[in-house]
Amino acid sequence: MSILIEHISKTFGQFQALSPLSLDIQEGEMIGLLGPSGSGKTTLLRIIAGLEGADTGRIQFGDRDVTNLHVRDRRVGFVFQNYALFRHMTVADNVAFGLDVLPRKERPSPSEIKKRVMHLLDMVQLAHLANRFPSQLSGGQKQRIALARALATQPEVLLLDEPFGALDAKVRKELRRWLRGLHDELGFTSVFVTHDQEEALELSDRVVVMSNGHIEQVDQPGALYASPNSRFVFDFLGNANVFEGKIENGQWRNEQAHIVLPKGAAQQNGQLYVRSHEFTVSETATDQANLPLKVVAINPIGAEVRLELSPVGWHSKDIWEMDLPHKVFDKKPVEKGQTVFVTPKAGYFFAQDAKQAEPLHW
Amino acid sequence: MATQLSAADIRPRHKRVLPGLSLSLGTSLLFISLILLLPMTGLIMQSVDMGWERYWQVISDERVVASYKVTLWAALIASLFNGVFGLLLAWVLVRYDFFGRRVLDALVDLPFALPTAVAGITLATLYAQNGWYGDLLASIGIKIAYTPWGIVLAMAFTSIPFVVRTVQPVLEELSPEEEEAGMTLGASDWSVFRRVIFPALWPALMTGIALSFTRSLGEFGAVIFIAGNMPYVSEITSLMIFVSLQEFDFPAASAIASVVLMASLILLFAINIWQARYLRRLHGRN
Repeated sequence: MSILIEHISKTFGQFQALSPLSLDIQEGEMIGLLGPSGSGKTTLLRIIAGLEGADTGRIQFGDRDVTNLHVRDRRVGFVFQNYALFRHMTVADNVAFGLDVLPRKERPSPSEIKKRVMHLLDMVQLAHLANRFPSQLSGGQKQRIALARALATQPEVLLLDEPFGALDAKVRKELRRWLRGLHDELGFTSVFVTHDQEEALELSDRVVVMSNGHIEQVDQPGALYASPNSRFVFDFLGNANVFEGKIENGQWRNEQAHIVLPKGAAQQNGQLYVRSHEFTVSETATDQANLPLKVVAINPIGAEVRLELSPVGWHSKDIWEMDLPHKVFDKKPVEKGQTVFVTPKAGYFFAQDAKQAEPLHW
Repeated sequence: MATQLSAADIRPRHKRVLPGLSLSLGTSLLFISLILLLPMTGLIMQSVDMGWERYWQVISDERVVASYKVTLWAALIASLFNGVFGLLLAWVLVRYDFFGRRVLDALVDLPFALPTAVAGITLATLYAQNGWYGDLLASIGIKIAYTPWGIVLAMAFTSIPFVVRTVQPVLEELSPEEEEAGMTLGASDWSVFRRVIFPALWPALMTGIALSFTRSLGEFGAVIFIAGNMPYVSEITSLMIFVSLQEFDFPAASAIASVVLMASLILLFAINIWQARYLRRLHGRN
């Protein structure tokens, strides 16, 4: 079922949690709401569910206007961050809850409910735990039960609030893949909230990046990464390093350091954003850039080696990070405490006061 | 082997803030013996002295048995009333923020702080036929003071904090997400209360009601001023003990007291066992 969100806004007392925003979600899509805490992503999710009322605007599920519909009549599946399983009920009773509370006319017979519950438990691969109580389950198991419970009434919209937030990395990865599979198989429309960019990029068809109650950008993961349209999205997605430069003889200068402007770049003061893998490292300055940095830490992370670097003779608000493939690193290893020079290969330039970035290549 | 031993020796011994088990348990046991077990033993000794036949005769005396009935019924009604009203009060105190909430919260403890005799006299004055409430109630034909209903009233008044104070913390801990989960699954408000909230409160509520009940069984001060104390009608068991004491019949007083004591103990143990089993399920040690 498609979801149409129009001019939805929400304030809590003096705090503007959501500025009027609109979003169009296609049937069968999986949407990730990504943003830092306080960005309004959970509020938006709760408004879609009907757990929170919007101050203005309209929400439509398919052709149905649900703006003034109570949560219990919206028929959405909702998975809570802390799972919110009913502690005094067995796993099977938890899953059966949505069916048990149906009005008598719509309620399936007890044996039919039992069959459906077992089917759902089979689907989440936890049929053997049917008679356990929630407190006897691990986090990952609870999460799957919460999902089975939400799916019991066969909702066409599934909403998930930080579904993998409290799980360890391995279980999280496994569950993510499993959820994606389930989504593709059953074809419901899903919206989930996360603050983890990796999760959002891996799981969603489209990612909605939010900050301060606004939608910053809505795009497919690839497009979002390739062309972030604001400083915020750039900062939030994919570790970017920022060089604050002032124009001087065709160079951006920051105290002792400088970068030569590529051909055709506008001669303006501003910030150059460079992603952590779009650098080369050398022992001396190059014609293109003189960016001396001291190696603070060397961390091998998965396929890459991450260097943490602090500026020497110039200033940056944050420490710089660089990711080098092991091959490159092994050929020319650097040591902690050593000073290295880096040269950007590609980056995005935000002129002073500009909203849009200008992509640059050297 | 040797290295393992030495490693164990180095390990720090004291990991707790409070001093060792032996000292703290010893002190606790000493005080329990002094203030609880010793008087109880005295009570039983007194009754044992009188012999089984006489004991049975005292505790099965017609007037005393009538007092058991009155006390049990009154305590039962009072504690059930407190179960409903106390739950409501706790709910209001936890779930709503209103002007004077803190004052109301403090007032709940008043029955504990007030000398029970004062409570009894106050209630008796209010509900007497010429009192504020009594006057009103009399006009619609209801008489509370000097009837068994007066006993119920006094018992309910003195034991209401038990229910409120046991339910309140559980209610505070109840996560709103569970209620919301119930609603997203299509449950009506009543269903959410009956199937989600109430089962979570149930053990605490039962404990509160049981405490309220046992407290009511032993209530004396508040009750005698409003009960009227008519033999066979509105005499409570504590009064029978008091009467025996006034007649200097200490063994008889102890015998009746031992019955009250047994009833309270059995009830408390039963509730504890039941609650432990119920909570074990909730906390996952099957």
